[in-house]
Amino acid sequence: MTASATANTAGWRMKQPSIIPGFGLTLGFSLTYLSLIILIPVAGLLWRSAELGWSGFFAILTDERTLRALYVSFGTAFLAALVNVVFGTILAWVLTRYRFPGRRLIDAMVDLPFALPTAVAGIAFAALYAPNGWVGSLFMPFRIAFTPLGIVIALIFIGLPFVVRTVQPLMEEIDREVEEAAATLGANRFQTIFKVLLPGLTPAVLTGFALAFARGVGEYGSVIFIAGNIPYVSEIAPLLIVIRLEEFNYAGATAIATIMLLISFAMLLVINLIQAWSRRRYGNV
Amino acid sequence: MEVTINNIRKEFDKFAALNDVSLKIASGELIALLGPSGSGKTTLLRLIAGLDYPTAGQVFFGTEDASHSSVQERNVGFVFQHYALFRHMTVAQNIGFGLKIRPSATRPPKAEIRKRVSDLLDMVQLSGLENRYPNQLSGGQRQRVALARAMAIEPRILLLDEPFGALDAKVRKELRRWLREFHDRTGHTTVFVTHDQEEALELADRVVVMSQGKIEQVGSADDVYDRPQSPFVFSFIGESSHLPVDVRDGTVLFQGEPIGVSEGTNTVGDLFFRPEDVELTDDPHALFGKVTACRRLAGTRIAEIDIANNGHAPFHVEVEVPLHAPIELGSEARFRPTRWKIFPGQK
Amino acid sequence: MSDNRRTFRSPADEGFFTKLALVALSLVFLAFFLFMPLVSVFVHAFADGWDAYYEALIEPDAWAAIQLTLTVAVIAVPLNLVFGLCAAWAIAKFEFKGKAFLITLIDLPFSISPVISGLVYVLLFGTGSLLGPWLKSHGVEILFAVPGIVLATIFVTFPFVARELIPLMQDQGTGDEEAALSLGASGWQTFWYVTLPNVKWGLLYGVLLCNARAMGEFGAVSVVSGRIRGLTNTMPLHVEILYNEYNMVAAFAVASLLALLALVTLALKTLLELRFGAGAAGGRH
Repeated sequence: MTASATANTAGWRMKQPSIIPGFGLTLGFSLTYLSLIILIPVAGLLWRSAELGWSGFFAILTDERTLRALYVSFGTAFLAALVNVVFGTILAWVLTRYRFPGRRLIDAMVDLPFALPTAVAGIAFAALYAPNGWVGSLFMPFRIAFTPLGIVIALIFIGLPFVVRTVQPLMEEIDREVEEAAATLGANRFQTIFKVLLPGLTPAVLTGFALAFARGVGEYGSVIFIAGNIPYVSEIAPLLIVIRLEEFNYAGATAIATIMLLISFAMLLVINLIQAWSRRRYGNV
Repeated sequence: MEVTINNIRKEFDKFAALNDVSLKIASGELIALLGPSGSGKTTLLRLIAGLDYPTAGQVFFGTEDASHSSVQERNVGFVFQHYALFRHMTVAQNIGFGLKIRPSATRPPKAEIRKRVSDLLDMVQLSGLENRYPNQLSGGQRQRVALARAMAIEPRILLLDEPFGALDAKVRKELRRWLREFHDRTGHTTVFVTHDQEEALELADRVVVMSQGKIEQVGSADDVYDRPQSPFVFSFIGESSHLPVDVRDGTVLFQGEPIGVSEGTNTVGDLFFRPEDVELTDDPHALFGKVTACRRLAGTRIAEIDIANNGHAPFHVEVEVPLHAPIELGSEARFRPTRWKIFPGQK
Repeated sequence: MSDNRRTFRSPADEGFFTKLALVALSLVFLAFFLFMPLVSVFVHAFADGWDAYYEALIEPDAWAAIQLTLTVAVIAVPLNLVFGLCAAWAIAKFEFKGKAFLITLIDLPFSISPVISGLVYVLLFGTGSLLGPWLKSHGVEILFAVPGIVLATIFVTFPFVARELIPLMQDQGTGDEEAALSLGASGWQTFWYVTLPNVKWGLLYGVLLCNARAMGEFGAVSVVSGRIRGLTNTMPLHVEILYNEYNMVAAFAVASLLALLALVTLALKTLLELRFGAGAAGGRH
């Protein structure tokens, strides 16, 4: 690992000098691996998409079925992320502030959606919320599974840890003095929570929302079993990509994938902007 | 507003943080609660504010029993050690918070809140910074925002918890003087907690010296420095040394020998004296010991002297010596306290 | 006396009934979205008893799926581990331009739908591409074969190790390495005796999450695999096939193995966090 010498003689001026070796080797390997696994394949997708031309691209996107699929994906992901903002914040509060039996277990279990394979979650939710399932039968004749509501249910599961785990560390850092200060100024508990504590957490909650939303839009495995996959009604965009692929309609798949990818990039940008903004204004968040 | 504290006791899991504390604070007074950490001074401040509840005892604001009032009802201005500013609010929003959240019946109109905020900013000399966020202020500025925020609700009393603890030495000195002026101008009954005796003695009208959950002494700076009423106060405030002595027939004996000091009542106890209240002497009836160190302290010189103790660890005392006095390390020095106090029963 | 305690309302605390209500609300929410789905997996798996469960697992196709899943993880995880170490070394120990952008690129797979992660390889190696037919004529099968599954798995698990290590190694700075180098250690020795011991728990944490995702990935793998039973079927894909054949017991039996993997992962992860503090867990996704 003494490649830094070569890196320096090669005139890598963008790097500040350091006595630690291995820069050239590690960065070189990282960039090569990143390019081969991620960048070239993704660039290939964008390239294929560009070959379609504006009109071709536009024609696929404005197809009714594509639009409905995108609408279902974004709509359900938005609703699920909204539910998660409410319950995720409450859950994070309960886990950081209250002491009750089973708290540690619950805290650990919040990460289950990260660890549980999506297909397993998918069949479990489908079985549970189906008309003959434990939960689904409770709500009959109102149907949950095989409707867009089923998709929302699955996406709530998928997105929950994003909100909890983004908000929780900030709640842990809340200085008790701040709450006491609000009280000495005459604020009741309700005002302290809604005017002092929650506004301070807004950047984290927004970030959690954006993460859960972005994940929900692209989610596939946990959704397709419970969704019913009825075109125009409960067919999500990722599934439509798979269907187009199975029809060997590569252009169709490419166009839908590209628009989803672009929206993901935009989301990523938004998340970074939220964090940069809150860091600038409130200090380290 | 006069504040009366009656027989307050506070236990945390059987540990008594405050043990039967009573105190009367006159209206308009500036009071310091001084003590080492763990002495209960912050606990007492929080009990006055209503941020915590006493196990027993009452707090009166004027003639009103405030013991069962919530912190919101007590209407006290509290400045926290780390300021506790709301970081997502601007300076102006922080200061106006206490007014803005009032129920509409008692809330001043918007224009008046704005006016009050701007007056307070003037008063704490921060005009022009109203739209900054706390994160964009220096420590001293944050401190003054916290004070302005506490003053905005027109509190009955002002309570400050280690108000200068988190500031560097220079800013601390400036703010200390500034707070004194601020108090003289507004005339609020003010209580502040500190572990810095210099701060307490310089700033406060009266100092409450606390130790182990009890009040040791209450008095002016002169009282607690010149007339300490307990061994704790004597050694906690200022520099001091002490030696075990017997008093027999009006003569003070150290290790059975007279040391040229007399006292009225016969007792066995500890003789306390300050380094500056000592004279060097040639008299054979005086304390004597070996000079082990000599150090310069501002305009004076302090000699550290070890007094032999029959083979046990020697007694260690410090005395002030004239700058030009011929003191050599290892030489023997004879000295005698000119002012002292004997506290009985400490032997 | 006790009178004071009774009338006192802590300014930084909610009342008992508010607490109770919030805890209860959280528990009900988690019951519907976390615990019942998890429990239902095992209940369905054992619906016909132990023997049926056992039969479902040793059935040849299921057994082949288990083996393939393990094979894929054994290839993908070490590769991402090496990448994670290299990337973290380059990013944490050196200052160079474009670092923030590089970190964003490493995180990219997290914001891409798994289906798209598979799609990019279909486009790269599929029939319409340049590479695919050429490789095929030289006897190399990527798509609908094990290499494609490995590639797609590497893609989706790409960031796990790196994003655990980067913040951890950034926090630790370069002091230890500089000290070791000044004492005469070589670059390799410095890495092996100083850096690696410092980050071993974070590394283990990242590997744990990487492995869980590698074994459980569904969307990306399903696009590139072709689902040939006994050949290109991983466990999650096998679950899907069995479920769609209404072979519930078998589907949930295989799923229960994956759920067990998730629970073990969570348990180890919690253990690491308890034992070594949140320091072992840099970013938690």
